[in-house]
Amino acid sequence: MHRILKKKFLGPNLVELEVEAPLVAAKAQPGQFVIVRLHEKGERIPLTLADWDPEKGTIVLVAQMVGKTTYQLGMEYREGDAIRDVVGPLGNPSEIKHYGTVACVGGGVGIAPIFPIARALKEAGNTVIGIVGARTKDLLFWLDRMEKVCHELHVTTDDGSFGRKGVVTEPLKEVLQSRKVDHIWAIGPAIMMKFATLTAQEFGVPITVSLNSIMVDGTGMCGGCRVEVQNESRFACVDGPEFDGTKVNWDLLLARLNTYKEEEKCALEKYLAVKEAQR
Amino acid sequence: MIRPTQVPMREQDPKVRIRNFEEVPFGYTPEEAVSEAERCLQCKRAPCIQGCPVNINIPKFIREIREGDFRAAIRTIKETNNLPAICGRVCPQETQCQAVCTLGKKYEPVAIGRLERFVADWEYEHGVELPEVGKPTGFRVAVVGSGPAGLTCAADLRRFGHAVTIFEALHEPGGVLMYGIPEFRLPKRIVRAEIENLLKMGVELKLNVVVGRTVTIDELFARGYHAVFVGSGAGLPKFLGIPGENLIGIYSANEFLTRVNLMRAYLFPEYDTPVKVGKVVAVVGGGNVAMDAARTALRLGAERVIVLYRRTEAEMPARREEIHHAKEEGVEFEFLVNPVRFLDSGGKVSGVECIRMELGEPDESGRRRPIPIPNSNFVIPVDTVIVAIGNDPHPLVPRTTPGLATTKHGTIVADEEGRTSREGVFAGGDIVTGAATVISAMGAGKRAAFAIHRYLLSRYGEKVAKC
Repeated sequence: MHRILKKKFLGPNLVELEVEAPLVAAKAQPGQFVIVRLHEKGERIPLTLADWDPEKGTIVLVAQMVGKTTYQLGMEYREGDAIRDVVGPLGNPSEIKHYGTVACVGGGVGIAPIFPIARALKEAGNTVIGIVGARTKDLLFWLDRMEKVCHELHVTTDDGSFGRKGVVTEPLKEVLQSRKVDHIWAIGPAIMMKFATLTAQEFGVPITVSLNSIMVDGTGMCGGCRVEVQNESRFACVDGPEFDGTKVNWDLLLARLNTYKEEEKCALEKYLAVKEAQR
Repeated sequence: MIRPTQVPMREQDPKVRIRNFEEVPFGYTPEEAVSEAERCLQCKRAPCIQGCPVNINIPKFIREIREGDFRAAIRTIKETNNLPAICGRVCPQETQCQAVCTLGKKYEPVAIGRLERFVADWEYEHGVELPEVGKPTGFRVAVVGSGPAGLTCAADLRRFGHAVTIFEALHEPGGVLMYGIPEFRLPKRIVRAEIENLLKMGVELKLNVVVGRTVTIDELFARGYHAVFVGSGAGLPKFLGIPGENLIGIYSANEFLTRVNLMRAYLFPEYDTPVKVGKVVAVVGGGNVAMDAARTALRLGAERVIVLYRRTEAEMPARREEIHHAKEEGVEFEFLVNPVRFLDSGGKVSGVECIRMELGEPDESGRRRPIPIPNSNFVIPVDTVIVAIGNDPHPLVPRTTPGLATTKHGTIVADEEGRTSREGVFAGGDIVTGAATVISAMGAGKRAAFAIHRYLLSRYGEKVAKC
C-alpha cells in the first residue's frame, strides 16, 4: 500500500500526487517510470516519474485525467488514501552526461517528466534551454521549477493565453536556428514528439523521446508496449522508454495508442454515470 | 484381469464449458481413484520413477491409494514434489511418467497424473500437512520470482532452516501459474493455497519488486542475503518477424493471457483492464500456451478460433489432453501452414496470409523441418491474432548483474544444480532452459535449493550461521 501524502490540482483534470514508495524513491533516475494499480480491480498504468525524494521515501507523479483510472485517481483518491500497487523504477534511465547545450522540450503533461531530466542535465554541466507548452494557460504548470533548472525558458500556449501563442516546435526551431544545440529531449503527446523530431532532423540535432505506449506488466513480459524503432519491434518497457526520435515509427505508435479507444470511452462513461448518480 | 483402459475422468460438457472459466475435469472420486490405482502392475523396475522429473515414488503412492490410505499417498508424493495439485493438472504426463509405464506397452498407461491430482485435492479437503521447517540456520536466501521454480526452491530452503524472501515483480505471486495458465485448466484458488502454505512455513514474500530495477542482485548481497536463487522465468514474447505484426488486434499470448488471467479482463468493465476479441481469432503456435489462448478466446465469445501450426498434429508440443479439449470445444486447426504477413485495414489486422508447408528432413529438435510450398499462399480473414510461439528469457537480471554468464539466447548459464558463474547466485527454470514445463522448473528449483544449502554450509560453516 502506498499512501498519498499530498495531492493538488495543477489545472483542470491535471493532478499532482506525492506518494509513499521508498523502494522506488531510493533507485529512481530521470527518464524512468512506475506502474500504478489503484485497487484490486484496477488496471496497471505507466506513469513517468516527475520527482522523488529518497530520504523521505516519496515519489511525485503528475497525471492527466483522460480515462477511468486517472479520473478515479483525480476524483476519489485523497490525501491519506492509499494506492494499492506502485512498482518501479522501470525503464532505462536517461543518458545524463555533458553534451554542451541541450534543449528540453515538454508538452502538456510531459512537462512533469522533462523536469527531472532538465535538472540532471544542468547538474551535469550542460547549458539547458527549456521549452514548455500547453493548450492553454490553465494546463501549464511547474514553470517556477523549470525556471530553476533551465538557463532560459520558453513558454507557449496554443491559444496565446500565456507566453507565446503557438506550439513548442516554433521556439525550438528558432533556438536551433540561432545557436548550436548538441542534444534535444522531447516528452509529451506522441504527435508533439513526432513534430519535435521532424524539427530536430531539419537541423541534424540528435533527439531523444520518451514513448508512452500501452503497457500491462511494464517489466518485459507481455509485449503490448512494442514500438517500431528503425524498422524493428522494440519494447518500450525494457528497451526504452527513451529512443532516438528519428528512428521511431510515429504513425504506428499513434495508431496503437488508440487500440482501446472504445473500451476506454465505455469505461469512463460508465464510471462518470455512477459518480453522477451517487451525487 | 486388468482393465485395459483408464478410468475416465468426468468433465464439464464442452457446450457448457465454453461459456465459463470453471475447471474442465472434475477429478476422480475415491472409488474411481482406487479403481484406477488397481491397474498399476507395481512392477519392480518402476520406469515411471525415472520418467518423473522430480522422481516421485509413483508405485508406492499408487499402492497407498489402492489401500485407501490417501494420507500416506500424499505424504509419499510430497517427499519430492511440493506442488502436486498443480502438477497433477499441468504436467505432460504422456511424455514423462506415463510414457514409460509398463502397462502402457499393451494397454493404456496408468493415469498417474489423475491419481496425483486426486490425492492432492483429497488433502485440501481433509487438511494440509505442512512440511517441517528446519532449525534456523541464520542464513538468508533471496528468491527472485514466485513461479514454479521459485516456489519450490523457497519451500525446500525453509525445510533446511534458511530464512527465505521471495521477490515478485507483479502484484500477485505465482508467476506463470497466475498470469499464464487459465483458470479452467488450473484454478487460481489452488495456486493461492500453495502460496498461503509457503507463508505459513515462514517464507517472506515481497510483491512489486522488480529485481534488476527496484533492487539488483548485488544489492541483495549488500543487504545481507547469503545466496540468491534466480527463477525469473520467461520474458519478452517472440514474434514472427513478418510484415504487419504490430497492427492493432495482434497480441502475444503473454499479453492476451495476462490481461485475462491476472487482470481479469473477462470481467471488463467491472475490472478495469480491457481485452479485444473479434469474431474470428487466429492463434499461431502448437504448444500448451497456444491451446490456452485458443480456448480462452472461445470463452470470451469468439465465433471461430483457428490454430495455425506449421507442422502436423503429431509434432504439436501441447499436451494431448489440451488438444483433445480444444477440439471438443470447437477450436479449428490448420496444420502445415505458416503466416507470412498480416493484412491491414485502417491500422487493424483484417487477415493473415499463410503459406502451406510440407515436412522435410528432421531438424536439430528431431522433428521434421517444415518447408514452404511455393505459390501456395492463401488468406484467412481474421479480427484478432494471438502469437504463441514462445518467449525469450526475462532480460532484467542478466542485464543488471555483472559477471553473470549468459548464452547467446539470453538464458543464464547454470549447471545441473543451478550454480551460475557468480558465486552464491543460483538459477533455474525457464531463465536457464528457455521455455519449458512447470515440472522441469520445479525440479530445477528443488536441485538448486539443495545446492544452495550445501554451498552455505561449506562457504560459511556453522559459525557464521549462528550469528
